[in-house]
Amino acid sequence: MIKQSLFSFALASLIASVTPASAYKVFVSNEKDNTVTVIDSDKLEVVETIKVGGRPRGIAMSKDGKHVYLCASENDAVQVIDAATYKVLYELPSGPDPELFVLHPSGNPLYVANEDDNLVTVVDVINKKVLAEVPVGVEPEGMGISPDGKIMVNTSETTNMAHFIDTATNEIIDNVLVDSRPRFAEFTQDGKYVYISAEIGGNVSVIDTKTRQIIKKIEFEVPGVAKEALQPVGVRVSKDGKKAYVALGPANRVAVVNGETFKVEKYLLVGQRVWQLAFTPDEKYIFSTNGVSNDVSVIDVKEDKVVKSIKTGKLPWGVTVAP
Amino acid sequence: MFNGDYPRRGLAIALIASVTGFSGMATVEAQTPPAAMTRIGIGYLKQAVIKPLPLSRLDNPLEDDGLAGARLALEDNNTSGKFLKQEFVLKEVLVPADGDAAAAVKSLVAEGFMMIVLDAPAATVLQVSDAVKDTDAVLFNVGAPDTDLREEKCRANVLHTLPSRDMLADGLAQYFIWKKWTKWFLVYGALPDDVLNADAIRRAAKRFGAKIVTEKEYKEAGGARRTDSGHEQIQAQMPVFTQDASEHDVLVVADENEVFGPYVPYRNWSPRPVAGTSGLTPSSWHPAHEQWGATQYQNRFYKLAKRGVRAIDYHAWLAVRSIGEAATRVKSADAKALRQYLKGSDFSLAAFKGQKLTYRPWNGQLRHTIVVGDRHIPVSWSPQPGFLHQVTPLDTLGVDQPESKCRF
Repeated sequence: MIKQSLFSFALASLIASVTPASAYKVFVSNEKDNTVTVIDSDKLEVVETIKVGGRPRGIAMSKDGKHVYLCASENDAVQVIDAATYKVLYELPSGPDPELFVLHPSGNPLYVANEDDNLVTVVDVINKKVLAEVPVGVEPEGMGISPDGKIMVNTSETTNMAHFIDTATNEIIDNVLVDSRPRFAEFTQDGKYVYISAEIGGNVSVIDTKTRQIIKKIEFEVPGVAKEALQPVGVRVSKDGKKAYVALGPANRVAVVNGETFKVEKYLLVGQRVWQLAFTPDEKYIFSTNGVSNDVSVIDVKEDKVVKSIKTGKLPWGVTVAP
Repeated sequence: MFNGDYPRRGLAIALIASVTGFSGMATVEAQTPPAAMTRIGIGYLKQAVIKPLPLSRLDNPLEDDGLAGARLALEDNNTSGKFLKQEFVLKEVLVPADGDAAAAVKSLVAEGFMMIVLDAPAATVLQVSDAVKDTDAVLFNVGAPDTDLREEKCRANVLHTLPSRDMLADGLAQYFIWKKWTKWFLVYGALPDDVLNADAIRRAAKRFGAKIVTEKEYKEAGGARRTDSGHEQIQAQMPVFTQDASEHDVLVVADENEVFGPYVPYRNWSPRPVAGTSGLTPSSWHPAHEQWGATQYQNRFYKLAKRGVRAIDYHAWLAVRSIGEAATRVKSADAKALRQYLKGSDFSLAAFKGQKLTYRPWNGQLRHTIVVGDRHIPVSWSPQPGFLHQVTPLDTLGVDQPESKCRF
């Protein structure tokens, strides 16, 4: 018995030295069955399923990796989950029907989009208090923040704008009109650009954050896939800014975009109705949530290949990876 | 039916008239926007139609049918408009059944309300269209499903935000085909709307390869809704009326005014599903629809109107939001510029249907997906998988460009 476990240990360390990636925990929110699936990024296996509040969608890690923040839309709250014990610890006030949010790079506060009230709510995650409410356009959804934390961008789905908000004053400083139903905002790490996906417009606008002009609209085309099915939602950009991944919703594809030329280089076939994306911290993998097929696809970033799909709960929506 | 797309303007308007005490026309005064804002004036004309009340009180017309949708869209437009210094103003005008809608719209246009939402019967739409044809005014038809308004009688200054009868029939028919229900028993009412509805069903059968095995007309034109001990009679009547039909997969009812249609389900002779204007019904909208962001829309509407969204509200919302979307994109209040953009190829609207909605350039009809549902919940959305089209699958619903008789 002891011998055997020693042997396993030796084998495990041997494998570990071959693939030096460390194991991260991947948290997936499942909109329909009110759970969060936890996946080990090394074994690419489900290790836990956590019962959470109603209609879990937006999900993000605290800066120290100890907590998972989760929009429990039907609870009108942000739930805070212990990333080690998987217990729901407490709820943060969030305003009604929270869907997506973004954490300030310092770890506090949290900026929450309240779709029903045309507001962005600023929440102090330590004192569990609402600090401010910023009126924005109709159906606020996408939330992005500049790496220096000075500018937050919210997209409003019916107003069709990216609202640039000064985080010091919580005031809108500019509005950029984009195409129909903007869903997601993602800053590049150098803070130069922000990518805004337009689900119904079918494209991604790249906005220069200094001039706040759209410098490029990335369009998509997949042979054999109807144009109206190409609906960009989640966007993630690699740390060096060289690659952007765009989830194309009912087209069941993730587009790989060159971050310098803004040209689409590849379309990866994933599961059905792909919504959100998250990199592992080492950028070895990017995970996509596939709502209709109830799974996540694991994409090898170096090869740009889908290496595995993993079953989740029902209607997986958001995904985040612990540092 | 769940307050679908067929017109449902009953006595309620006459009631509003008596409550507010107007004799010719009632208007809700528009507010003047603050200076430095660009003002976009939207007129909303609702004409009363005198009809008996529907059989189910759940379908009774409401005072704010349609208007509530326009009011919500106005709020949405103004929330967006404040970022562009645009202010949208809505002026509501109620006209009795025998009132002069054309004159009312003419004076709206003279006051600068160039974007006009019309909730009125087809004949009124045509009169109004003629009355303002020499201006840049744009009319949005939100109440008349008549196919000929988009065809032989189409007008260059009219956009239609509600689907035509043909689009609805095609949406329902595609679902039947998907279910392999290809043998239909058609039962239709005696009113002119029902005759048109039955025509649309026959056209859909031919188009998608189904067969109408038996047809039957329900000859009574309606009477008092509330009678004591009515149900025994109905329970005896309906099985007999639906007897003697050839073997069929589904019974299709065409009764837009609820004279008998709601009595058919569960009482028909053969144990077959009922669809059409009762039972499984096609519509542009369902009050229980929650997909594609519709939850937020329903919640917003509930806050304003304290009820669910009906199809007529959605059509009015689409009209006012179309105006807002055009004003946002052209950054102007100029009617000519708005009209050009609305009718151009760049226009599209996100409207909780999982894909953009656009106007057909050849006849001004807004493309729709069609929800097929029972009273309670949506069952499916058409176009169904496999119905393909070289331009967009949405053009498998209704009269397509090559067959269109519309010439502006």
